[in-house]
Order: sequence, then C-alpha cells, then structure tokens
Amino acid sequence: MEQPNLSYIESMSGGDQAFEQKLIDIIQQEFPEEKEIYFNNIAANNFKAAAENVHKLKHKISILGLVKSYETAVTYEHHLIEGSKEGQDDFEAILQNMTDFLETL
Amino acid sequence: MNCIIIDDEATARAIIGQLCSNVPSLTVLEEFPNAIQAIKYLNQNEVDLIFLDIHMPDFTGFDFIETIKNPPKIVLTTSDANFAIQAFEYDCIVDYLVKPITPERFQKAIQKAETSPVAASSSSASEHVETTSGNDLYVNIDRRLIKIDIPSIYLVEAKGDYILIKTEDKNYTVHSTLKKIEEKLPDSLFLKIHRSYIINVQKIIDIEDNSVLIKKDVIPVSRSNRPELMKRLNLL
Repeated sequence: MEQPNLSYIESMSGGDQAFEQKLIDIIQQEFPEEKEIYFNNIAANNFKAAAENVHKLKHKISILGLVKSYETAVTYEHHLIEGSKEGQDDFEAILQNMTDFLETL
Repeated sequence: MNCIIIDDEATARAIIGQLCSNVPSLTVLEEFPNAIQAIKYLNQNEVDLIFLDIHMPDFTGFDFIETIKNPPKIVLTTSDANFAIQAFEYDCIVDYLVKPITPERFQKAIQKAETSPVAASSSSASEHVETTSGNDLYVNIDRRLIKIDIPSIYLVEAKGDYILIKTEDKNYTVHSTLKKIEEKLPDSLFLKIHRSYIINVQKIIDIEDNSVLIKKDVIPVSRSNRPELMKRLNLL
C-alpha cells in the first residue's frame, strides 16, 4: 500500500513550518471526527450520508499524497451513492493507513 | 480585493487562508463553516470575491449562489471535478479549483478574478437514458430499466452527476441530469423551482417566503422561479 507523505503540505506552505504544524494539528483533530461519522453512517447502512463522508475524506487523502487511494475512494463513493458497499474494506484500510501515519507526526 | 472563505472543512479553510496570505492584493475578511452564516454576513458587508465550497451538508454552494442577491465574483472549490460544467452556468463564477489546491493553480484563479471578465455560460446534458411511456418513466439503474409511476414522483433533486427521484414509496438515485428529466416530465404536474429541484406541484403542502414544503422536504425557491410557481397556484 502506498504511504502517506507531507509533500503537498510542504509544497504549499512555502517553508512556513508554523503553518505546516498548524495544518497537521487541524487534520489530526478533524480526521478522527470525520472518520467516526463515516463509521457510524456505514454501520447504520446510511449509504447516502456515508458517501458524503467519503467525499469529504477524499480531500485529506489527497493532502497526504495518496494518489491511488484517492481513486479508490472516488470509486467507493460512487458505489455508496448507488447503494453498494463494494470497496468498503479497501477504503477502510486507507483510513487506517492515514490514522497510523498521523499518529507518527 | 476583499474576500471570504466558505467551507465546512477546517482543513480546507486553513489551506485557502494560507494561499490567500501569499497574495498581497487579497485580504481575507472572514471564514465560514457553512453558507447560512455567510449569507448573514453578506447582508451587512460587501466583498469582492468568495471562495466557495460546493459540497456542504444541508445547503450546498449552488444553493448559496441561488440565494444571495447580486453575488460577487466566486471561485468554487471542490474535491469533485464533475461539477465543472454546472459551475459555469453561473456568470458570477470566475474559476473552479479542484482540491487539493496548488499554489500555482490558486495564483491563476486570483489572476482570473482580478483581470478576466466573468465566465461565459455553458450548459451540457448528460448522456443518460430515460424513456417515457404514458404515465411511466423508465430509469436505468444498474443496467435495469425500472418503471416509475410519474404522478407518484413528488421531488427530483440534482446531486452532481446524479439525480435523486423521490416518490411516494421509494427513492431512486439515477445517473442523469435535472435538465434531462425535466424534458420527460409533464409540465402540467411538474415545475422547476430551483437550480437543483423539480417538484410535483400537486404535492405541495405549503409555501413560506422562499421555500416550499413538499412531503417532509423543505425546498428552496429561487427568485427567478418564484413568479412561475405563483402563477401555477390556484390562489384565492
């Protein structure tokens, strides 16, 4: 599985390390909240709401440089809109990958 | 230019705010996590430019544009490139940024906002299949043509590349456009009351200011569509 990285954050910070840390702090706070809402919706088979959550999480996937994972999330979002959970395991593995990475920062 | 940022995601607001801070000619006046708060702000303040997220819960970026009077220049921000065609149907939209936004692409958007005329309008219809026969509408879902009784439809909602068709007993998400289904529904029953909504006029429960209650859904009525709605009512 591809590994998260800070390339995007570093590229857009212009070397402003205080901003980099601020952004990481925001992601570390916001990501678990968004993840929890997603898991609640998927457990309740609320596919529409779960698709909305996946849509929102896609941004953080791309911020952490996960190009292939982003495509996986796009496909999963479309499946959810159509009422299918196909791709759930792969998507949730991405969330775990991100969780593990964020804990190292 | 003065600007505001509207995005329900704190991460996105922080990134756009940082990108703005690198542009000397740009001043961020406020940031808002939802469109409703921004509307209240705009009732009392003027801004030159809005960075607007499309995909927000309850009240989308397009709902926001339909609601405000004389919208300023708007740069849309989204994680989904599929809204681009819909975006340029609005003259106020000067650019469309797909997240994650790079500094280079952001700079181009600012140049457009500062110097370019507003975007030309464009429209396009999706390729999807719906066929009608009498009172029936057939929609293509997972390679099956499913029959829907037209009079049972009370609401059709645009959802990006999809439409949500709500009927008395079931909802259907179909890969199509509002424009496409509008052509298939009888004018005698259905009316487009907003950029994102078509309603069955016979199913209206009540109307209040700029919204319609239909079943349990409260649907916004855009200013441009309100006169036609009022014409259709059998007013005492």
